[in-house]
Amino acid sequence: MTDHLTIKDLGLEFRTRHGVVRALEDVSLTVKRGEIVGVVGESGSGKSVMAYSVMGLSDAAAEIKRGSIVLGGMDLLATKGEALRAIRGREMAMIFQSPRTALNPIRKVGRQIEDVLMEHEAIPRRDLRKAAIAALERVRIPDPERRYDAYPFELSGGMCQRVMIAIALACSPSLLIADEPTTGLDVTTQAVIMDLIRDKSRDGRMSTLLITHDLGLAGEYCDRIVVMHAGHVVEVAPTEVLLSRPAHPYTLQLLAATPTPTSTLDTLPSIGGQLPDLRRDLPPCRFSERCARKLPQCDVPPLPWTTLSPDHIVRCRVPL
Amino acid sequence: MHFIWKRLLATIPSLFGVVILTFLLSHALPGDPAAYFAGPAANADSIAEVRQKLGLDRPLIVQFLHYVGDLARGELGNSLTTGQPVLKDLVDRLPASLELSAFALLFAIGVAIPMGVLAAIRLNGPADHACRAIVTVCAAFPTFFIGLLLVYVFYFLLGMAPEPLGRLNEILYTAPPRVTGAFTVDALIAGDMEVFRASLAQLVLPAISLGLFALAPIARITRAAMLESLSSDFVRTARSSGLPTSKVLFTYAFRNSLLPISSVMGMVFSFLLGSNVLIEQVFGWQGVGAYAVSAVLASDYAAVQGFVLMMAILYILLNLVVDVLATLIDPRVRFEG
Repeated sequence: MTDHLTIKDLGLEFRTRHGVVRALEDVSLTVKRGEIVGVVGESGSGKSVMAYSVMGLSDAAAEIKRGSIVLGGMDLLATKGEALRAIRGREMAMIFQSPRTALNPIRKVGRQIEDVLMEHEAIPRRDLRKAAIAALERVRIPDPERRYDAYPFELSGGMCQRVMIAIALACSPSLLIADEPTTGLDVTTQAVIMDLIRDKSRDGRMSTLLITHDLGLAGEYCDRIVVMHAGHVVEVAPTEVLLSRPAHPYTLQLLAATPTPTSTLDTLPSIGGQLPDLRRDLPPCRFSERCARKLPQCDVPPLPWTTLSPDHIVRCRVPL
Repeated sequence: MHFIWKRLLATIPSLFGVVILTFLLSHALPGDPAAYFAGPAANADSIAEVRQKLGLDRPLIVQFLHYVGDLARGELGNSLTTGQPVLKDLVDRLPASLELSAFALLFAIGVAIPMGVLAAIRLNGPADHACRAIVTVCAAFPTFFIGLLLVYVFYFLLGMAPEPLGRLNEILYTAPPRVTGAFTVDALIAGDMEVFRASLAQLVLPAISLGLFALAPIARITRAAMLESLSSDFVRTARSSGLPTSKVLFTYAFRNSLLPISSVMGMVFSFLLGSNVLIEQVFGWQGVGAYAVSAVLASDYAAVQGFVLMMAILYILLNLVVDVLATLIDPRVRFEG
């Protein structure tokens, strides 16, 4: 399989009133065609920031300092304005958490799907409705003809997320970014939505980037997992390898902190310390302050990438 | 439709409250109407006689029932100053005031909404700073002052505006045959472009004076509502779907801002009807505001009562219109209603 999305050495900063926040540093990852890659890390690790910079939807205060993002041979960072708009929704699409607020509250959901179709597909006006209903059908919404006329507030959270997926998949994009797509949904609905995303990726040979803080969820649905911490990628490995033989101490702690059917809140360990303040001068390894295995040489730059096997790399001087 | 009927029924209690209020209000006004009617030469006996004739000696509740009965027959009494039935006076003058307020609102909307939208799109840019400055200036000066200033500059200094003496220069032009009572509209209906231009020219300065005052709240709410919509999740979705900027701005962001904008517009329009009282004085505009001022000065009971009642009904109708607009803008309102 060939690499479809390649992010290389991405560095991104936010200019804020309280100083420059170095939100991403040397972030590299690839997603092959038809592959589901999970990006895992706690809140503030930079996973969403990374996703938004792929879509070109970064906050106005964000500035990309280094690196490249290439989608199917196209340099996304060099693509601006109309050209970028033509790719969004057509080549790459994104779904968000809290699907209720992600949909326009005063527009029928069918019309919101039509908006995307009208923009990117050459569908005659009179066939738009049919195409929108077909899109609703593809995400397994029961009674799509009737749902076409529904407003988001008339639908459940799970239904809204399906509509959101229908909008994202309307033009069969080659890359889908799902940013915490099941947060706020109940467990049964979570599974339905994730199955849907997986099936659609497989059918459409679509590359999928799943952003989540839930390592369990990523473990179940992803081919490979990228672990992020404080704006760094710390470990990349195939899912089974990462779950069975984690090499970065942070990954190990994340795994230990993932709930299992038998664990209770009391027995579940949490990761000590906090994310470092990204406005300060930071040590080469941003995890070192929270790491029990820290050695003196950890503070000597540069922090190397250690290759354990061709597809398992870790950013630690002394991997597990 | 069902919603509108329900909403109409809900206005009945407020109407009833207004009737009680206008009745009590006129009784709380200073001055004894019996003494006024009896004339300057009257003695205590003749005043008592007049009081009895007017029914003012009877218990308040009886007077109130009479008042309600009169209202039900559309009887608002006669005005002391014009000698005409109050209802006729009001109906004659109301179109002039509505015409003025409507033009003022149109002017305010035409300036404030694009300004607010632009300020929100280019946040902290030159347009935003200009918007802030204009809003501050407009909100800071009272309408009559702006009116006088405009008359001074555009009539006295520059000579661009016609004399600020009413709705039409009756020496040069004849008022168009009455259909709606608004000269500009009637002139258009009559096809008389000359009178249309003349009455429009008379309208410009008072409408702008009123409109400048109305501009500030509308621009402010437009900017705030647009900022909120633009930072919302659904606008982010629209952007991530690659929708064209115009569609993101108007179909997604602006339409979602219309609800707060329309409710502020309703409020502003009722402010405008109230501010008419001052501006009509400045421009010699023959509207209900000027009528009300002279009625108060002359202790013209029935006229004041009629004016307050009419304004209250207008406010209620206006709120009704705003509510109906809200249901058209936002489907969620229909279900909560």
